[in-house]
Amino acid sequence: MATKKKVHSFIIVDPNLCTGCETCESVCSFVHDGEFQPINARIHRVRIEPVFNIALACQKCEDAPCIRACPEHALEKDPDTGSILIDDEKCNGCGFCIRGCDFGVISFHMETQKALICDLCETMKEEFIDPEVGKREPQCIAVCPKEAISLKDVEQIGEESRIDAVKRLFGEIIEDYESK
Amino acid sequence: MSKSKDVTIPDDIHGYSQVRLDVDLTSGEIKESTLSKEFCRDWIGGYGFAAKVLWDELKPGVDPLSPDNVFVYAQGPFPTTILPTSSKYGLFAKSPLTGMFGMAISSGSVGAQARRAGINMIVFKGKAPEPVYLVVDDDDRYLVPCKDIVWGKGCWETEEIIREEFQDQRLAVLSIGPAGERMSKMACITNDRNRQAGRTGMGAVMGSKNLKAIAFRGTKGTKVAHPVEFYKLAKKLIKVANGPATAKYRDQGTPAGILSYNKLGMFPINNMREGTWDKCESIVNGEVLNEEWIVKKVACSQCSIACDHLARIPKTHPDYPNLVASVDVELVYGYGTACGNADWPTIFKCITQCDDLGIDAISGGVTCAMACDLYEDGLITKDDLGYELPFGSTKNLVRFNEEMILGKGFPGEIFGDGSREAGRRLEEKGRKNASFYAMQIKGLELPAFDLHGMSSFAVGESVSIRGACHLRNGAYGLDAKGTFDRFGYDKPVERGKAIKGLEDVYALIDSYIICKFTRGIYENDAEMAKVFELVTGIPHTDETLLLRGDAIVTLSKCFNVRAGWTRDDDHPPERFFKQAHTRGPTKGVTLEEKGYQTLLSGYYKAREWDENTGIPTDETLKKLGLDFVIGKLEKSGGKK
Repeated sequence: MATKKKVHSFIIVDPNLCTGCETCESVCSFVHDGEFQPINARIHRVRIEPVFNIALACQKCEDAPCIRACPEHALEKDPDTGSILIDDEKCNGCGFCIRGCDFGVISFHMETQKALICDLCETMKEEFIDPEVGKREPQCIAVCPKEAISLKDVEQIGEESRIDAVKRLFGEIIEDYESK
Repeated sequence: MSKSKDVTIPDDIHGYSQVRLDVDLTSGEIKESTLSKEFCRDWIGGYGFAAKVLWDELKPGVDPLSPDNVFVYAQGPFPTTILPTSSKYGLFAKSPLTGMFGMAISSGSVGAQARRAGINMIVFKGKAPEPVYLVVDDDDRYLVPCKDIVWGKGCWETEEIIREEFQDQRLAVLSIGPAGERMSKMACITNDRNRQAGRTGMGAVMGSKNLKAIAFRGTKGTKVAHPVEFYKLAKKLIKVANGPATAKYRDQGTPAGILSYNKLGMFPINNMREGTWDKCESIVNGEVLNEEWIVKKVACSQCSIACDHLARIPKTHPDYPNLVASVDVELVYGYGTACGNADWPTIFKCITQCDDLGIDAISGGVTCAMACDLYEDGLITKDDLGYELPFGSTKNLVRFNEEMILGKGFPGEIFGDGSREAGRRLEEKGRKNASFYAMQIKGLELPAFDLHGMSSFAVGESVSIRGACHLRNGAYGLDAKGTFDRFGYDKPVERGKAIKGLEDVYALIDSYIICKFTRGIYENDAEMAKVFELVTGIPHTDETLLLRGDAIVTLSKCFNVRAGWTRDDDHPPERFFKQAHTRGPTKGVTLEEKGYQTLLSGYYKAREWDENTGIPTDETLKKLGLDFVIGKLEKSGGKK
C-alpha cells in the first residue's frame, strides 16, 4: 500500500529581508564547533553588489545529486527530517558531493576535511541549546536580526508564492474591493 | 580608583589575535611580533592601540606626507564574533589635513577578514619605491607592485580587480582612489564599495607611502573566553539591536533626524548661513529619500542594524541612469543642504564620485559649499571656474566636485586639499577674508550640525582630538535634548563633565571597535564591560574600562600638544560668532566669545587638564598611568 510521502522543511532566506550581515554563517560554525569560523559553516551568504543579498543552505532535494555523487556512500537522507546526513567514518573528503550540488551549499570542514551539510542544527553542541527552548533548533533562524531566515516546506512556499502572484497580477482588483 | 594594572590577566586571553605586523615599505620587509597581554588590557584595541603606538613611535615634528609618518591599521578583540557591529577597523596616522592626531574608522567585511587572517594591528613605516598593495592571505603576507594593475584606478574597480585576481568575491579590500594617489589632504579609504574610513586624510597618507590597497582573507577561527555566556548575551544584544534603540538608523537611516534638526535651526543650510530651510520640509528629508529613492538596505559583517541605505536613480534619468549610491545624513548635508541643493540625483552622483575616486564626502561636500558661498559673494567668479557655481547648482556642482577631487583646474588647485587650505590659497591670491568661509575646526570640515544655537556642542565639537567631529563625544545631544540651555553659557563644569563622560565612553567604543549606533543596545556601561570580559577573559569593569577611555583621550591629546596644539585650536569657525541666521528659531543668534571660553575652561577643568592652557597636568597624567608622557610635552611642531 502506498504511504503518503513526508513533506520536509528546509532553510529558506528572503532576499528582500536579507542584508548580507553574515551572522548566520558565524553562528553556524560557533554552535557546531565552539568557534567563529564561517568557512566551516553550513549556510552561505551571497552578495551580488551593490544591492542583492541572500544566504543559501541545503535545499533537501528529492533524489539528491550529492547522495548519488558520493562514491563512498557516505551520504543518506534522513527519512523523517529529509536532512542529508553524512557518515564521517565513510566520508573521505573527495568533494564529489560539492561538485554534484546544484546550489553550491556543501562545503568542507577546515580541520576534519569532511563534508558539511545543513542538518537544521541536529548536531549543534548541547551547551548552546537555549534553556527556554529546551531542544536543538536552527540557530541561524534564532539569531537572524532581520528574521529573513525561516524553515519552510515546499507546500508553504507554493502557497506564499501563489498569494504573491495573485497580489501582483490582480492588485488593482483587490484594491478596488478593499476600497469599496 | 582602581587602575588598569589592578586588573588581573588570565593565562589565556581570547578575541585578540595579538599579532602585530610591521611593514617597512621602504625595504619591503614584513615582520611579525606579539602584542603583550598587558598591552591589550591597557589599550583595548583600535583607537587605544594607535594612540600608544603613535605616541611611542612617531617622531615629533614630522611632515604627515613624508615617509616618516607612521600609518597604523588596528582593531580590537571582537571582529568575527557575532557581537553586533563587531567587524570594525581603524586607520591612524598624523593627519595631513590637521597636522594632529588622525583617525578614521570603517567596517564592512574588513575587520572580520583581517581577524580571520590573524591580524590585530599593522604598522606601516617608510615609503615603497613604487606603487604596491599589501596582501595578507592567512600567514602569507607580501607586497604586490601594482603600477600597471590598479594604480590610477577608482576604489571600486581596484576592489573588483584584486578580488578577480584572487578569484574570491569575499576578499576584503581597502583602497585609495586617484585622490589618495595625488595626496589630496581630504583623501579617504574605501572598502566594500560603500564603506569609508573617510576623515582626516588617511587616504593621502597611504598615497604618500605608495600604498594603494590592503587585501585580507583568512581561515583562522576565533574562540571566546566564556562561550555559553557570550552566546546568551550576544543573542540578546542582536535582538535589542533590531529594536527601538536603533530604529532610526534602520528605518529611514540617519537622514531621519533632518526634519527635527531643521525645526530647531540646527541643520546647516548654504554653508551654515542658515539653520533651517523650507526645502528640508518638502524634499530633502529622510521620508522623501526613503519613499522615493531607497531600494535596499544592506549591512556590514555581523551588523544587526543594516544602516547602509542604497538609493538608485531610475534608468530613465537623462544624466545618471541606474546610478546606485550609499546615502547617509552627512552627505545629504554636504552635497545637499550645505550647497543649497535639493536635487537628489545630484547628491547621489556627488556621493559616488567621493566614494569611488576617494575623498571624504563630508570634507568634500563642505569644501564645495564653501566654493558656492564664495561664488555668491564674488570672491570666486565664473572667470576662475569657467562656469557658474551659485548655491543650488546641480550639473556644475558635479563638475566642480570632480575637478576638485582629481586636482584639476582652478577647483583642484585651490580647493583640492580642503576648506582651510582653500582659504589660505585664496587669501594669498589677494581674495581677502576667504578663510571666513571655511567651515572647519583644526582643518577638518564640520559635520551636519549648525553651531549657532548649540553652545554645548560648540565645545564638544571643537575639543575633538581629530578636528570638527560629532563622533568623539556626541555632545550635540546635550543641545538637541535640552540637557543644558543651548543658547546659554551657565554650568561650565557640569557641561564639561557631561562632555567628558560621553568622550570617555566614545573612546572606549572606538577602541573596542564597535559602531556608535549600538551605544543604546547595552543596558548600561557594566553590560558593555561584561561583553569585553566574556570575549577576552580580561576582567575589566566599566570603571576600569572608562578610565582607559580617559587615558586614551588624554594620550591622543598629548600627541596634539606635542604637535603644537594650543587653546586657540579648540575654536569653532568665526561665522558662528559673527553672522547670525536670518530666519527660523535661531534667527539673530550667535555664539558669544566670552561665554564660549568659559565653557571651554569648564571642559578642561572637568578633564582635570590645566584650566587655562588646556594641557594635561602631570598629576592627571600620573593618575591615568601616563607617566611616560611627563616631561615630553614640549612642542615639536608639525601643526598646520
